[in-house]
Amino acid sequence: MAIVTVIENWEGNLKKVSFETLSYGKKMAEKLGMQLIAVTLGCAETEKMIKYGADKIINISNLTFEQNSNKNITQICSEIIKENEAKFIILSNTNTGKSIAPLLAIELNTGLISNAIDYPETHTPLIVKCKSFSSKAYVKFQSNYSTNIITILPNSIGELSEATGNGEIINIEKELINTNNNINIENRSTENEKISLPDAEIVVSAGRGLKGPENWNMIEDLADVLGAGTACSKPVSDMGWRPHSEHVGQTGLAINPELYIAIGISGAIQHLAGVNSSKNIVVINTDPEAPFFKAANYGIIGDAFVVVPKLINALKKYKN
Amino acid sequence: MNILVCISSVPDTTSSINFTADNKNLNTDGLTYIINPYDEFCLTKAIFIKEKTSATITVINVGNNNTEPILRKALAIGADKAVRINREAQNSRIVAECIYDYCTSHQFDLIFCGRESIDYNGGKVPGFLAAKLNLPFINGCIGLEIKDDLLECKREVDNGHETSTTKSPVVIAGQKGLVEEKDLRIPSMRGIMTARTKPLEVIESTLEMEHNITVVEYEKPLERSTCKMLNEDEVDKLIDLLSNEAKVI
Repeated sequence: MAIVTVIENWEGNLKKVSFETLSYGKKMAEKLGMQLIAVTLGCAETEKMIKYGADKIINISNLTFEQNSNKNITQICSEIIKENEAKFIILSNTNTGKSIAPLLAIELNTGLISNAIDYPETHTPLIVKCKSFSSKAYVKFQSNYSTNIITILPNSIGELSEATGNGEIINIEKELINTNNNINIENRSTENEKISLPDAEIVVSAGRGLKGPENWNMIEDLADVLGAGTACSKPVSDMGWRPHSEHVGQTGLAINPELYIAIGISGAIQHLAGVNSSKNIVVINTDPEAPFFKAANYGIIGDAFVVVPKLINALKKYKN
Repeated sequence: MNILVCISSVPDTTSSINFTADNKNLNTDGLTYIINPYDEFCLTKAIFIKEKTSATITVINVGNNNTEPILRKALAIGADKAVRINREAQNSRIVAECIYDYCTSHQFDLIFCGRESIDYNGGKVPGFLAAKLNLPFINGCIGLEIKDDLLECKREVDNGHETSTTKSPVVIAGQKGLVEEKDLRIPSMRGIMTARTKPLEVIESTLEMEHNITVVEYEKPLERSTCKMLNEDEVDKLIDLLSNEAKVI
């Protein structure tokens, strides 16, 4: 019996969530005395997985995550899961993970527990704590299935520093069968320059208080100094000041970075729904009554146009 | 064109979420229920398609009769027919199996679900349904163009966008972007009146399913400690706190 982790990569490269998924699997594998198998497609950095304790790394070298539909990826992964008699299958709850996990669950007739924010409390039956109600509550789910898929909320566990495993790397090619009822991926536009939001440890976000899209330079500068991703509130994306992909909140992205800096955002409950699981929140706002201060760890009452440039300068000094 | 929109009834975003004393159930006292916002984007997109091409829109919900107000609202906004599968929506698999069961005896060209529901945030039903029906699955869809039998879809991926083409029937898990917030419809008085005469069919669920995923306990997240307030001139102090207290920079 084994634990199989499906390890995502982006154009061949592994990211933090890949190692988080691997580490989660490793900790379970050690506890249960099982083998840890990592499955990936078109990965250029398989050797990096060794130090996170994978016993076997299976890389489907002729296929990639980018060029294949969720259905194709499901087919390939489920073959490997079956061959290895996996008891637990671990994925990250990224867009790719969210698309594949339910398809795998039906294909393999397993249980599916999504948005896990902790390691299982018990393994038989499986009980895991998950994020729900947009972080207003956690729910402990129990699964009575004999095999289960767990998807981890990105950034909620972190990665293990080091672990040891057999580290056997297997590069194989697989052929796709049953390509009916499928999707043809035409194009994938990536924002390579920027740090992707779900992956970012620090996120700098701004709202209507910035008065206009022309004032976003200082937000980007602040993000640059911190190595942070940039985000925005709903009105800002609705008005077209920033792309929808940056909108965090109820109907946008939900994120949980180590540090979230909100500038000129009042903190409506819809916005908090997307960010209140951030570990630390800094709020910069002119209005001392802004509801966001109640949900923050640190607050600066002040004008963004005064505070942000000061903060950038001070951070540059600090970094040097 | 025949369109199915799956909708769930969820506590309003602004609701405070509380549990029963033993933490085993949700305390529903004082909760107002709404159409799951992600489902509402899908329903609005379906109405846009109907206005262009003359489609028929069916909305479906799995739940007890407490969910009927949201089905009536969906009819008032522009759905033609509502179906309620009379069964507690105990978990995502049960909901998906019930909708799948309905789909095996009805033909739909487009099946819309919200990307996730804002209560349990599982996002499982659309994928379960696509897999059960063996249909193409567009998850996190933010754009849909219909050109005869060809569908051009745009969806969010983790570091950008993906465009793809497929043919109907298809399962689409939608979100904002399919339509914009400003496109959402508020039921008109006429809509509300017409909704009363539109069919709302209640189907008893006969599916035998094991109840394999259950809630053990609810828990509240830890409260954040009180916010430390600083003034405009204290950015150095903020940096100090972030580096030495929070240890995040």
